[in-house]
Amino acid sequence: MEILLAIAIVAIIGLIAGLGLSTASAALEVPADETVENLRAALPGANCGACGFSGCDGYAAALAAGEAEPNRCAPGGPSTAAALAELLGVDAGEMEQKAAMVRCGGSCGHVQIKYEYQGRPSCAAAAAHFAGPISCPYGCLGFGDCADACEYGAIEVKDGLARVNPLRCTACGRCVKACPKGLISLLPVSLDAVVRCSNKDKGGQTRKDCTVGCIGCMKCTKVCPTGAITVQENLARIDPDTCIGCGACAETCPVQCIQMLN
Amino acid sequence: MSTFITILLAGILTDNMVLSKFLGICPFLGVSKKTDTAVSMSLAVIFVMVLSTAVTYPIYAYLLEPNGLAYLQTIVFILVIAALVQLVEIVLKRLAPPLYKALGIYLPLITTNCAVLGITLLNFTNGYTYGESLVNALGAGLGFMLAMILFSGVRSRLEAADIPESLQGLPITLIAAAIVSLSFLGFAGIVQA
Repeated sequence: MEILLAIAIVAIIGLIAGLGLSTASAALEVPADETVENLRAALPGANCGACGFSGCDGYAAALAAGEAEPNRCAPGGPSTAAALAELLGVDAGEMEQKAAMVRCGGSCGHVQIKYEYQGRPSCAAAAAHFAGPISCPYGCLGFGDCADACEYGAIEVKDGLARVNPLRCTACGRCVKACPKGLISLLPVSLDAVVRCSNKDKGGQTRKDCTVGCIGCMKCTKVCPTGAITVQENLARIDPDTCIGCGACAETCPVQCIQMLN
Repeated sequence: MSTFITILLAGILTDNMVLSKFLGICPFLGVSKKTDTAVSMSLAVIFVMVLSTAVTYPIYAYLLEPNGLAYLQTIVFILVIAALVQLVEIVLKRLAPPLYKALGIYLPLITTNCAVLGITLLNFTNGYTYGESLVNALGAGLGFMLAMILFSGVRSRLEAADIPESLQGLPITLIAAAIVSLSFLGFAGIVQA
C-alpha cells in the first residue's frame, strides 16, 4: 500500500510540474524571429564557417542583427548573396566568385625524394619530419589532407600534387586550413595567370630542389607590358588588378611555373 | 535572530558549499574564468537555491515525512528543482530578456548543480525550521558567490603568470583551487551553526 502512495506522490508531482511547464511555455511563448528563419533557409546549410561565424545558424543570426554583410557566404555565391540581400532589404554588395588554388606545380617527376616516408599517410604528419619526404621544403606533399577536408570532392591528388576542380570548388576554405604548407589560397576565378610555386629559397637552391620551382630570375617582370609582376623573397607575384592576361610571362618563364588560366 | 546570523555566516564561511563541502565544483571550475560570468552564475545559483528550498521544504515536511516517504526526498527534489529551473527560465525569457541573456546557459546548467540539491537535503539533516532553511540557502548561495569571485580573481592572475608548460590549463587551476580551499580551513570553528 505504501509503495502505491509513493508512486502516486511522485507521479502527481511530476504531473503538476509537467502541466505547469507546458502551460507556462504556452502562455509565455516568445515568438521566434521570422527573419532569422528565412535567412537560414536561404543559406546552403553547409556549415563550413567560411563566413566567419559558427555555421549557417550563427551567420543568419548575425545577419538579422545587422552585424554581417550578406556577401560572406562562399559556398552560396552571388545567388545566395542576392537572396539574403533581398530578405534584408539591403544592397548585396560585390561578390567575387572565388576558388581554391594550389600554389605548387611540383608533381612526382619534378622533385627528388629525400627519404622514404613510411608513417601515417597524412601531409601534416609527414611535414613534421624534416618538412616532408620531398626535396622542396615548400612544396605539395601529395598525401591529400586537403582532399580529405574537401566536402565537395573538388580536390584530387594526381602524381603527388593536389589539383582543384574549380567547377566543384565552393571556396569554403577548409582546404586552406588543412594544408600544413599553406599552399592553398582562395583566388578569384577571373584570374588570368598564376605562379604555381611557393618556394622562397634562392634560385640556385630552388633549382636543385625542383625543376618547376620559381628561381626568381626576374625575366617575367621584364616582359610584362603592364608591370604586374614583382619578385619578392625570390618568388614571382602577379597583381591580379594590373594583369591583362597576355601570356608573355608564361612563354618567357624558363621553369614554366607561371600558368595561364581560362 | 542570532541563529539566523550564525547560520548565514556559517553558510558563507565555515561550511562553504564549494570550498568546505566540495559541492558544485563543476561550475566552480567551469565558469570562474571571468569575474562577470562568475557573478552571473552565482546570482542564478542564489536565486535557484532559495527558491528550491522554499518549495521543497513544504513538500518534505507536509507530504513526504508524514507519509513515511522520507526516502523519496532525493528523487522528488531533483524533479522539483529541474521543473523549477525550467519554469524560471521560461518566465525570465519572456519578462526579463536582458537578465535571461546575462544568465545564458548557466540557468539550465543549475538544474544539475549538486550544490542546489545538496542544500535542500542538508536543511533536513541539520533539522532547520522553514525560516532557518531559507537563511541557510541564502548563506550557501552567498558562500558560493564568494568562492566564485575569489577564484575568478585568482584565475585572472594565473592568466598573466608564467606557468610551466606541463601545468598550464586545468592542472594549475586545480592546484589553485586546492590552495583557496585550504585557506578556508582557517575559518573552521569560528561560527558554529
